[in-house]
Formats: sequence, structure tokens, C-alpha cells
Amino acid sequence: MTPQGLSTRQVVLALAAPVLGVLAWHLATQGQAYSLIPSPYDVAVQWWDLAFGGIWDDLYSGTLLAHTFASLSRVYGGFALAALVALPMGMLIGRVAVVRDLLDPTLQILRPIPVTAWLPLAMIVFGIGPRSAFFLVFLGAFYPILLNTIFGVKNVEGRLFEAAAMLGVSPQAVFWKVVLPASLPSIFTGLRLGLGFAWVVIVVGEMTGVQTGLGAIIMEARQLSRTEIVISGMVTIGVLGFLSDQLVQWLGRRLLRWSPQHG
Amino acid sequence: MDDATSLPRPAAEGRGRGGAAPLPILDIQRVTKRFAFGAEQITALSDASLRIAKGEFICLIGPSGCGKSTLLRMVAGFETASTGSLLMWGKPIAGPGPDRGMVFQDYGLFPWLTVVQNVGFGPAARGRPKAEVTATAKRFVDLVGLTRFADAYPHQLSGGMKQRVAIARVLANDAEVVLMDEPFGALDAMTRERLQEELLEVWARAKLTVLFVTHAIEEAIFLSDRIVVMSPGPGRIIADERVALPRPRDPTSLEFNALRRRFAAMLGGHH
Repeated sequence: MTPQGLSTRQVVLALAAPVLGVLAWHLATQGQAYSLIPSPYDVAVQWWDLAFGGIWDDLYSGTLLAHTFASLSRVYGGFALAALVALPMGMLIGRVAVVRDLLDPTLQILRPIPVTAWLPLAMIVFGIGPRSAFFLVFLGAFYPILLNTIFGVKNVEGRLFEAAAMLGVSPQAVFWKVVLPASLPSIFTGLRLGLGFAWVVIVVGEMTGVQTGLGAIIMEARQLSRTEIVISGMVTIGVLGFLSDQLVQWLGRRLLRWSPQHG
Repeated sequence: MDDATSLPRPAAEGRGRGGAAPLPILDIQRVTKRFAFGAEQITALSDASLRIAKGEFICLIGPSGCGKSTLLRMVAGFETASTGSLLMWGKPIAGPGPDRGMVFQDYGLFPWLTVVQNVGFGPAARGRPKAEVTATAKRFVDLVGLTRFADAYPHQLSGGMKQRVAIARVLANDAEVVLMDEPFGALDAMTRERLQEELLEVWARAKLTVLFVTHAIEEAIFLSDRIVVMSPGPGRIIADERVALPRPRDPTSLEFNALRRRFAAMLGGHH
């Protein structure tokens, strides 16, 4: 999906499902005296108040930006830390047999534990608060980056090593000249998946004992039965996650122009 | 290929057919190669000897399993001999090196580099100055007729174009010996014929020594000064014959066909 290649037809089709969904939602909540689910119009009004204030002027008015920044900093901070640890570790596991034998079994046992199952332990270790959320994001992004880096680095076509050797590349230079560029598409896939997971996990991480962040207001608003705020928060996370992924894809298209899968 | 190259035409006597034997560029002495295959030992190549003079174009021909690719890979330095020795200019071959350039059937191009970067890869890896790398790469991209595709990536090229890049890459790296492992085997007939002619032209201009593996008799006769015939089970050399036909060779001529029948008979039921 290249932005410059988007046809009118694609845009119309892409918008059809959400538009129909909102329409159905509107009809279902229309004219009901009492509804658990607010109408899309009510949610839109609430979102506007959350973002800019001036309608309800309550505790939540105009706070969206602050919550968004709190979540963004945790998502990108945790993701960056995960990349910083997972990239070199993945390269070592993929290329160095000793490191692989040392770390791989342990990682294989830790991997099936869902990130959410770490939450109670994280709260015990890091306390109730943003540090637990940060840790969960780190963990959520860590495995996709690590596994795809290992895969990419391990699966460099053997022929390319022969080609490099016969052209005069020294064994010490092979990693930078061959392994790293050849595994970039896999590494990139790992980073993209990792960032996606970071957005998934952030909400869980912020749901307990955190004062700021989109996950925090969603959870808090539920307790106050402010369902419009719950849905406003969900929509905001969806849009941010989407934009975040678009940014990564755009970077990928620029950096991996040579790859038939990305270029 | 166009005239963009500045490589000189070879002198007529430069083909190494002298009477007094000079030092051969490649000297393969009683080489045997055994592979462990589970608990078993498979002899891929048995007691092969071959002396190659500088400038010769030699085809190794034979059915699969005759050890022709194994022999080529040992010359390249990718495999080591179980017994016997392989010498280049009298010195044992210790591993892969830029003096022996390999052209693979599956190209082995670096997909993240453009055509001109692939061709300049060898000189760049060996630490040549940037300006020199670019100039050399451009010259050889021109030589193989890919000027218009200099900035294309491998996945945007046809098989024939990829193989041209692979050849240019080896030439740009100053390879004295060019090893070719069924390089045109994956190409369509028309592309193959064009590349064969272009290869002969480059070979003559650049005074290359070529060791070319094929299982196609016609290709071997069209290209070679000498044809080395190999046979499987275990792989060994069964004949080593000079091709005396003048170049350019006409595959439809009577003499060409007579040779074709001769080599087909030598290869027995395999062709």
C-alpha cells in the first residue's frame, strides 16, 4: 500500500467499513432512553472536550494531550530500550554458537509466558506505577525484535558468504558487509511487530495504579461509568497505533528499497 | 558488448600453446575429494590431475555426480582436497581469494546493492579509494552493456542481466581466473547464446583464464580451447581434448557436429 499509489477506489473501499460501522452504531443507539453504549455523536462531543475542553469543563477536559504524551513516551521509550537490548542479543544468538547455547534454551522457556502474566510480578518488583507499564512495553516489544533478528541473521543465504569471500572480504568484515544488510528486512519486520505489541501492551500496563496515560483514563472512566471517555480513549489509541505503523512502514520503504517485499 | 572498454586486444600468441611448458596458472595434482555422508564416505572426485595455462578457456563437462562442480569449488577455495594438491602459479590454494572469481548459476548478487555497487563490491571491500571504485565499477558495467541499469537493484533485472552483473563483478575485481559453475544453465536459449558470445569476447580482450562447468556438449564445444570430460561413480577425468575449430565457431557446421557426436559417445548414455 503506497500512499502515492492509492486510488480513489481503494480510499472509498477502505472507508466503507468504518463508515457503515459508525452508521449501524448510530442507528442502534438512536432514540434510546437509556443505553449502556453512548451514541457516536456523544462520543465525538466527549472526544472534543477531552482534547480541547470548553464543553463539560470537568476533570478530564483538555487533558488528552497530556495522557497521549505519557503513553507515547512509554511506548517509544520501552520500544527503544527493547530494540537496544534485543538487536545485539539477537545478532549474537544468531551468529555465535556459544551465546546461542547459553541463552536460547532460557529464552525458549520464558517466551510462552504471556506479557500480561508478568504484570503482577512487575507490580511487586517495580511497584504500582508507570515503571511497571514501561517494563511491560519493553517485554512486549522485546520478543518480536529478538526472534526476527535471530531469524534474519541466521538465514543469510550461504551463497552470499561465498560471493563475499571470493571477492576478498575478510572474515572479520563479513558481519558488516553481508550479515547485517542481508538480515535488515527481518530485523525491520521485528521492529514493526515489536512496536505494534508495544501499543497493545501499553493499555494493560497503564490499567493499574498509573495516573496518566490513555490506558489509565480508559480504566478510570470505566469506574465512573463515563463510557464516552472509554471509547474516546480507544479511538485515540487506534489512530495513534495506525499512524505509528504508517511511519515505520514509510521508513521501511525508504531504507529497504532493494527488497522486493518492502520496496 | 560495446566498445566502452579500454582493455587491449590480446596478442595472437598469448594463448599459451607454447612447446616448452611454462609455469601453469593452475596445476591440479592427483586431487581426490571424499565427503562424509552419514556414516559413509562418498568419493566425489578421484585422482584428478589437470594443468591449465594462462589464457586457456577450459570446459569441464559431464553428467551430475561426476565431480565437476566439486573440482571447481576446490579451485575457488570453498572446499579443500582430501588428498592431492591444487596450485595457482605454483602456490597452494589456501582459501577463496579475489584472484579467482566465481560466477554462480544462481548469481549470488547482493540484493541490497545496485548494479554498479555490486560490481564495485570487490574493489571497495579490498579498500580501494572511493573514486577508483566508482570509476572501475562504471567501466565494467558499461563493458557488459548495463549502463542504463547501473542504479537498478538485482530484483529488478532479468536472469541474463543478473549474470552479466556477476561476470562484471568478477572482472572488476581483477580476477585472473574466472570460475563459472553452469552460469547459463538457468537462462533461456537466446539469452544463453548471446552471453556465450559476449563471454568469449571479454575472455579474448581481458586475457582471462576461464574454467567453465557445464553439462551441455554444444556449449562446451562452442566455448572451449580444451574440453575435460568427466564421468561419475566415482567422479574422475576420462578425457582431456583440445578443440581445434577456428573461432567464431558455427554450431551448424559439419566439423562442429562431428565433435558433438564424438563427445556424446564419450559421455555414453548420459546424453
